[in-house]
Formats: sequence, structure tokens, C-alpha cells
Amino acid sequence: MPVLDLMSGFIAELRNAGLPVSLTENLDAMEAVKVIPIEDRDAFKYALGATLVKNNAHWRVFETIFEVYFSLRGPEYEINQENQPDDFWREMQDQMDQVKGQGEGKGSGGGMDSLTPEEIAAMLMRALMNGDQAMMRALAKQSVQRFAGMEPGRPVGGTYYLYRTLRNLDLDNMLQKLMDANREMSKQELTSLEERLEKDEFESRIEQFKQEVEAEIRRRLVADRGAEAMAKTLRKPLPEDVEFMHASRDEMQSLKKALYPLTRKLAARLARKRRHGRKGPLDFRNTVRHSLSYGGVPADPKFRYPRPAKPELMVVADISGSVAAFARFTLMFVYAIQNQFSKVRSFVFIDGIDEVTKFFKSTEDIGEAINRVNTEADVVWVDGHSDYGHAFEVFFERYGKDINSKTTILLLGDARNNYHAAQSWVVKEMRKRARHVYWLNPEPKSYWNTGDSIVGEYGAHTDGVFECRNLRQLEGFVENLA
Amino acid sequence: MRVKPRFKDVATVRSGLKKENYLADDGIAGVVYLADRLGKPVLIEGPAGTGKTQLAKSVAELTGARLIRLQCYEGLDESKALYEWNYKKQLLRIQADKKSDSWSEVHDDIFSEEFLLTRPLLEAITSEEPVVLLIDEVDRVEVETEALLLEILSEYQVSIPELGTITAKQIPLVFLTSNNTRELSEALKRRCLYLHVDYPDLEREKEIVLTKVPDISENLADQIARIVRSIRQLDLKKAPSVSETLDWARTLMILGIETIDEKEAKETLHILLKYQTDIAKAAKELSVTK
Repeated sequence: MPVLDLMSGFIAELRNAGLPVSLTENLDAMEAVKVIPIEDRDAFKYALGATLVKNNAHWRVFETIFEVYFSLRGPEYEINQENQPDDFWREMQDQMDQVKGQGEGKGSGGGMDSLTPEEIAAMLMRALMNGDQAMMRALAKQSVQRFAGMEPGRPVGGTYYLYRTLRNLDLDNMLQKLMDANREMSKQELTSLEERLEKDEFESRIEQFKQEVEAEIRRRLVADRGAEAMAKTLRKPLPEDVEFMHASRDEMQSLKKALYPLTRKLAARLARKRRHGRKGPLDFRNTVRHSLSYGGVPADPKFRYPRPAKPELMVVADISGSVAAFARFTLMFVYAIQNQFSKVRSFVFIDGIDEVTKFFKSTEDIGEAINRVNTEADVVWVDGHSDYGHAFEVFFERYGKDINSKTTILLLGDARNNYHAAQSWVVKEMRKRARHVYWLNPEPKSYWNTGDSIVGEYGAHTDGVFECRNLRQLEGFVENLA
Repeated sequence: MRVKPRFKDVATVRSGLKKENYLADDGIAGVVYLADRLGKPVLIEGPAGTGKTQLAKSVAELTGARLIRLQCYEGLDESKALYEWNYKKQLLRIQADKKSDSWSEVHDDIFSEEFLLTRPLLEAITSEEPVVLLIDEVDRVEVETEALLLEILSEYQVSIPELGTITAKQIPLVFLTSNNTRELSEALKRRCLYLHVDYPDLEREKEIVLTKVPDISENLADQIARIVRSIRQLDLKKAPSVSETLDWARTLMILGIETIDEKEAKETLHILLKYQTDIAKAAKELSVTK
């Protein structure tokens, strides 16, 4: 395929994945490709990255798509091993001989194919021990070929092959084995610090090896199915578009990483907004006072600068299983920008309710506070199934007196009440006393009011119900709030 | 206006920067090379203390160009970034020969280049000798002020209503740095190549320590780089930056420490980390025996 076709397919896929690639950026990429040869794969990748990806959070997505589209280019990425440079082969041969025990010299043909699985494992361990990159790459190829059991046209995802390959290599115990071997090799006892560093080093090498295996599997799949089909199966949402309710563990990690810079930006933006608020009405007294120095002419009009009060916030969150992740993220988000509010109090409930503000007060570490919320808060009353009605009732009884005209109340949850009594009068009462009452629902709008969801019934008494499925929506809401 | 390229290939950039004591990885060298070839500005983003500003300085030294720096801050405006008319001088000119000149002559005269005060951006494009323009911490200006930069970044020209358009005599290498405190506008990003400078990997960090801290032993540098990597993997408020790594290395040198053990590591952690909670967490993690 000519490079031009490949590029246009590549860029179309970037757009499909949600990256905002403009026409000028597309043209820039074409210009860049002219001066950087496609054979120099790393430079080529960075050239495309520099012209097409203008946000670091999108880099991972870009990298995956790049791998899919350009993985079959460049001599060192050939699937066949025949084209390996000679000296590399010789070196590998030497290593193999060492592993197999001296003197058992093999013929130069055959390559790695004749090794037993045990020998491969031993070689892998050696390579990881010495951090031998080339060897690790070759072993990744070999083990995929041998263990993954890939068959053309088989409709199985890459993760299945990855799992099969890694299981055969017994990577889980590899770390322990490496540590043991390392301990034997070093002459004196390792201090705990040294041990820890060694462990980190080996972990990163094993991780690297896993990535090699993954890349190899991907290359083979692309060769089998073609780039476009492959890109489609690999397509993943950007961190800010991941849905809270269905995030996998990896996605949760990337969400967490994306959260901090997002809140920092938001806080900066809000602080700026506060400072540069619009000019208020004419301050008559002040103007007259200043006019005295101009002989009574009001030459220097003075204005009242509105100083909007920071709202007081009460967050009331459902932390039952289905919406726990959403509650966690919203709490993290709110506490990360808590200096934008004059006071933040938080409450969590399932069928009982508990105040958790103290967990956030006692530590600077939000993550730790969230952990304590999950483990220590007393939220179960009867059976540990969401009961919004009872939780709201108790909330109002205990803390209702603290709600005043400065308070903004956020209610978080999917309003799936397990057919308990709704007690929506509580929300109505709250709204009478508070400045605003908002409801954030992590479910897609089309699911609202289906089954046991009664968000409509509560929502009628609030100032607004908002769909909050991902970070982007959450950020938008909080920005308008503060 | 096409000038001859400054660099032959990516490898030249890399080795050249190394000579200036700046250790670039493939990404950095590649983007610098591309910036020269395509004549486009580079927007550098990344955590604080990873050598974003230093890259511009090093490139300036490497190409033997003059470095013109515009430090951005909130409230930066045209008169401080682009140009300003020298009012006092204009006034003097008008008063100096009141009788001799006709009005039209004076009028044309006081809006000539003689009365123009050039500010960094204008200076960069009017300069005869090669320059590297560094627009530092561009995220600090307001979104509206960003618009000031757009003309110069895409066309390398400045329009002055009284004078007309001044076009660059040579295309300068332009670097913009951002600490990512806010999202930059699409218009700005579109005009730039994007480079994200992250914390260096183990090997590169070790080399940076070796080049920047004189007389440090290889063994110690290796240990430092590895400890810093382990610390960065923790979930911290503020991960240690490269400059903090260097500070730590220098401290250890002054204290005469050859190999770091747990005790010394803990005692000097406050140089790497600036939050009490981070220090406590790192100290706890580093002493865990498995």
C-alpha cells in the first residue's frame, strides 16, 4: 500500500477514536512525512505525533493506532525471522549453547524452533536478568509463535492470545525467581532498599517484555485481518470519555491520572473567572468622594465589583455497588478543588447515611480519605440495598438544620430505589432551604425512569438533573457550579 | 524566504545537543529537526522541571543564535510583547522644530521605525542575525492575549497599523513552553508542533546526572536514578522533577556519600519531595522489606 493511502486511513482512524485532527494538521503531517523517512520508525512516529496529537492524554490512543497501521513497515519488524542480521544470530546461537550446556554445538539452521519450552523459559530469565533488549524481542516473537496458537481467521481478540502466551511462560512467578537468583548472585546481603530497587527494575523489564509480546500479537493479527478491522476492535474511548459505570481497572487507572491535571486546570480557570468578574453597577458614593479631587467633576467613575460568595457545598452520594465508582470520582473531584468552595461537607449512603467530612479533614491525601470512606463509613441500615427514601429522611432529620440559603446540595446516584418509598418530600424541603439542589446521574439519559429508577420523581423537586457519565460531563457541571 | 536547513538529520540534532550538555531523547531531537525543516514553532508541554526552557537555550547555543525570551504573565499586552510607540521621543520631535516642517511631514515622520520601540516578538523577526525565540510559560496569559501570537507564529510577520506589515528577514526557531495550567486554544495548538517532555527514563536520567553533576561516580548516579524512578511510581502529589534529582545528587556529593542506604535516603528525601505527606509516603515505601 502506498504511504499516502496508509496515511489517510490512519488519520481517519485517529478521528474515529475521537482525536480532533484538523485539516491543517493533516497537511502538516504530510509535510513532515516528506522529510522523515518511514524506515526510521521511531522518528517517523514522533513526527506524526508532533503534528497530529496536541494533547498528551491522547498519546496512548495514538500509539496503539500507529502500531496497528505501521507495524508491518521497516525491516526489523518483519514477521519472518530469516532476515535477522548475521551477527545477531551468531550471538543468539552462543547464548543458546550456553543454556543447553557447553559443547553441544548445533547446526546453524533451525534457529529457535528446536528449543524446548524449558529452554525458552531459561533463556527468557537470562535475558530479563541482563536486560538484553534484542534477546527479549526475539524471545517474544518465538513465544508468540509457539504458545499463542494463533490461527488465521479465528475471531478471537488479542487478549486471549496474550493470556495464552503469558500463561505458558509462567511470568507470574518470574519475578520471584529473578529475585531469588539475584540474591544468590550478590555476595553480601542486600539491604531492603537495594532489594526494593532491584524488584522495581525487574518489574519494569517484565512489563517491557509483556509489551513486546502484545505488540507481536498485534502485528500478527494485523497481518491476518488488515489494519482497518484491527483498529476497530482496538478502539478505546479517550480517558475523558470513559463511562464511570463501566470502566475497567485499567481505565480506572487512566481516569485517576487524568483527574488531577483536569482539576488543576479547572481551579486555575475558576480562580481567574472570579478575579476578572464583570464590572458591577456604578458606586455612587465612591465616585462622589473621588470627584472632590477634580473640583467636583465626576471624572473618575467608580464601580462596585461584585464579589460572588463561594458556595457552601453538601455532597450526598450513593455508594452502593453499581454507582460506587461515580461517587468516588465526584468526591475526589470536588475535594481536589475544594478551595473554590467556602465549605464542603460530604455524606455517603446505601440505605443508611453517614457523614464522611472528617476523613477528608484529617488528611491531605484524597485517595486515602476515599479508601477510608469505603471501609469505615457506616452506611448499611437493614440489608445494604440502596434506599434513597430512608437515607434522605435520616439526612434531613440530622443535618437539615445546617442547610441555609448559601448551601448548594449535590445528590449523586442513579435513583434506583429498589421499590422502596421515595420520600421525595425531603428533596422538596431541602430545596426550600438551600440555594440550589442538583442531581447528578451517572446513567445514560435513556435509562432514566426505567425499572426501579425514580429519578424523575426526585428530579421534579430539584433545580436540575444532569447526566454525568464521564469526566468531561462532570467537569462541565462543576465549572458552572463554582 | 526558504533558508537552508540548520540540521542535516535527527542524529545531528541529538549529538549537537549532547555537546551542549542537553541529553535529548528520540522524540525531542526529532521534533527539533522537524521544526527546522517545516519552519514551524514548537509547543513544549510537560511537568515542571523537566528541561523545557533549557531545550530552547541549548538549541540557541547549538545553532549559535541569539536567544530572545518573552516571559509570559497575566496581563501581558501588545505594548510589552510586540511593539510600542516611543511617545516621549515623538513629542520631542514635534517640539524640536515647530516652525520648519509642515504638518504632513511631521505626521509621516513620527510614525517611522525610528520611533518604534521593539519588544521581544518584533525584535525576533526583525533581527538580521539568526535568533531563537522563546515564549516562556505561554499558559499564563489570558486566552484573548494568545491571539497576539497567532500572526507571528503562522506567518512570521507583525502588522503595525501605522507602518504596514513587517515580515521576518529569516525564519527564527520558535519555542513555546507551557506548564499546562490551562488548555491552550485550538488556534494556537494548530499552528505548532507539539512536544511533550516527560520525566526521563532510567538510562537518560542517569546520564543527565552524570553530565550535570561533576565528579559523581557512576555507581552513585545509577543508584540515584533508580531510587528516583521508584519514587515516581508512587502516587504522589508532586513527583520529583529532574532539577530536584540534580539537587539531590549535589547534596549527596556535598555530604560525601558514596552509596545510599536507607537511612541517608530518608534523611535527604525532603530535597526530592516538597510535601510532608509525600515524604512520609516515600519513606514508608522505601523501607518495605519483601
